[in-house]
Amino acid sequence: MLAIEIRKLALSHFAVAFGAFALAAVMGFYQVLERSDLIPALQSPGVYFASVSTHGVLMAYVLTTFFIMGFGYVTAVSSLKMPLWNLKWAWIGFWISTVGTGLAALPLLLGRASVLYTFYPPVQAHALFYIGATLLVVGSWFWCVIMIAMHRQWKEAHPGEPVPLPMFATTANAILWLWTSAGVAAEVLFQLVPWSLGLKDTVDAGLARTLFAWTLHPIVYFWLIPAYIALYSFVPKAAGGKLFSHELGRAAFVMLLVLSLPIGFHHLYMDPEQSAGFKLSHGALTFLVAVPTLLTAFTVTASLEMAGRSKGGTGLFGWIGALPWRNSMVLAGILAAAMLVLGGFGGLVNASYAMNAMVHNTAWVAGHFHLIFGGTTIIMYMATAYYLWPHVTGKPLGSSTLPLVQLWSWFWGFVILTTAWHILGLLGQPRRISTVTYNSPLTFAWDPYILTMVVGGTVLTFSAGLFVYILAKSYRQPETAPIQADEIEYAESLDPVTRVHPLLNGFRVWNIAIAVLMLVNFGYPIAQFFLIKTFGSVAWGY
Amino acid sequence: MHIHPLERRWIYVVLAVIGIFLLAIFYTAIARNIHPPSHIETIDSASLHLSEEFAEDKLGVWTQPDGTIKVTLVAARYGFYPREIQLPAGTQVTFRIASADVLHGIHIPMTNMGTMVVPGYVSEITTTFPKPGEYPMLCNEYCGLGHDHMWSKVTVVAKESWPAAPNAQPVRR
Ligand code: HEM
Ligand SMILES: [Cu+2]
Ligand SMILES: [Cu+2]
Repeated sequence: MLAIEIRKLALSHFAVAFGAFALAAVMGFYQVLERSDLIPALQSPGVYFASVSTHGVLMAYVLTTFFIMGFGYVTAVSSLKMPLWNLKWAWIGFWISTVGTGLAALPLLLGRASVLYTFYPPVQAHALFYIGATLLVVGSWFWCVIMIAMHRQWKEAHPGEPVPLPMFATTANAILWLWTSAGVAAEVLFQLVPWSLGLKDTVDAGLARTLFAWTLHPIVYFWLIPAYIALYSFVPKAAGGKLFSHELGRAAFVMLLVLSLPIGFHHLYMDPEQSAGFKLSHGALTFLVAVPTLLTAFTVTASLEMAGRSKGGTGLFGWIGALPWRNSMVLAGILAAAMLVLGGFGGLVNASYAMNAMVHNTAWVAGHFHLIFGGTTIIMYMATAYYLWPHVTGKPLGSSTLPLVQLWSWFWGFVILTTAWHILGLLGQPRRISTVTYNSPLTFAWDPYILTMVVGGTVLTFSAGLFVYILAKSYRQPETAPIQADEIEYAESLDPVTRVHPLLNGFRVWNIAIAVLMLVNFGYPIAQFFLIKTFGSVAWGY
Repeated sequence: MHIHPLERRWIYVVLAVIGIFLLAIFYTAIARNIHPPSHIETIDSASLHLSEEFAEDKLGVWTQPDGTIKVTLVAARYGFYPREIQLPAGTQVTFRIASADVLHGIHIPMTNMGTMVVPGYVSEITTTFPKPGEYPMLCNEYCGLGHDHMWSKVTVVAKESWPAAPNAQPVRR
């Protein structure tokens, strides 16, 4: 059983995460309806863009950051079997992030920060939005420090022993997040905050986009790594098997850390302020970051196959049917993998230096990241929440069937929604529009898919509601029945974990590698803005 | 490090697949010279009206002495100016675009004509339209509450009905 103070800490983080999620899901539903033009009374670009901005910020920054922090604290104490280092700092971090979220939410909800979650200048939001977002990130840095410190303390107390895989991955994520957030932090602190407070007249939009691109790619791995941790540590165990290989898993997390950082320019392929050479260099490394994901796919599939065969599954595919599909963790793992395959294919198109032009900023992009992020990543967050819930609340999960209904509907909702968006994108519909005004026959072809989008959005909203309902209901039941498992259990590895190479047990060398790669791929592209004559932009409303 | 023989085989497969992707990308980039618009050229977006190239009377379609076409456009909330242009099919067209205000994106659906338009920078993109027809040229980056309405019209006409001689004034239709 987790110590009471850890339970409180984790529960507080999850409450903010899933509260934000519930609000954002309702907004998502409003958005698909508004965009469909089915209900004329709903039409309003002002409300729509305030909503998309809030939905994006809540889903991408608040849900993720708070879930990752809460999960990280639980992972640290339960996998290292040591008390939390510095509970006080953990709470300070929590409150800084929470206050930041509140401060940013005010202008967002009042329509004073309708700049979308990417907040590209020179469209300017209320200063409170930038300050709140900064505090959200600053609070999460406390978490990073605690994770890194606990990793180090455990290693000092256990010389030569391998750090447990889930903690190794969590530490990789904490280090990743420190590197990742540096880009956007520089943009906000040196450019946007002084400019929105009127201390600076202009801002260089090209530099701002370059700094944001520093963050924009690795941040998706910050979100994804907890899902991978669940795939490596919870799914094989839940299927009744073992992890095929923990060493390859470690190698995968190291690669995710090192390779996801120097590749952000694939978000700037279509931009004028960076040169083709650097774009190509980022583009090539982008393909390498597929390697750890493909290794993960292998290890997790192999682990599941062993589990399925041990349960009597035979033949090439028979083991799949033999898996315990009624276990929510196993089900989520399978559905996450299915969405990852579909979304990974789309990602290859996005990442392609030349092909990207076809889909850039079309509805395809919204389809792609809802599938991989909303789908693969969040479905693993959900299964993890179901698994951890009894441990952090001390009460059993109210139902074992409802979570299955919820996970299946989350999957089908995203299949429907994102298939429509992918097709709309190929048919030329841009992302980020609130209605279709183009007077062109081309738009007739869009209509059926716009309706499909509403169907998918409806299924998803139902599923999101069910998720929050299951958690709330379980939390609010009277404290009676004892919970089944009292320890959080991580999958064991097939071969015993006795020694690993020091490179797969720590991060010093990898930090140096990152520094070199970042210098090569971002050094000159950032310096150029100070070497050539550039022209800043004054602030614009929206 | 222990690597299972199956893992080793999978790693080879993965590296081969990634290698093929990379070869394809470097081939199109280097041998076929296909690059995304990457033209680092700065401009003062606040004084486009005074610039040689993007002043209002300079915007539009120019036939160059070598028969190719140059189009100068200004992206400003909420349209691409001039709002309507005509272009010949099967001819090389170079667009040069500057923003007068915020970030925009330009895209002609079903073609590969697209680029971001960042204030302070000139975007340049060269393409050829194979098929005559009417195309919307729309903004694909959020630029404000009127973003939905930001689009202009491009009519691509058959090459035969296009005058070959260079023009002294931009053509606006
Ligand atoms: C109830 C389920 C959901 C629905 C109905 C929904 C719907 C939408 C819609 C209609 C948009 C506008 C897309 C555009 O025009 O570009 C949007 C944007 C967005 N969604 Fe969702 N969404 C849902 C769940 C999620 C989840 C789970 C995540 C991630 C955790 C997510 C992340 C985002 C982000 C980051 C944006 C901002 C995109 C931008 O600014 O371009 N959404 N969503
Ligand atoms: Cu990316
Ligand atoms: Cu726009």
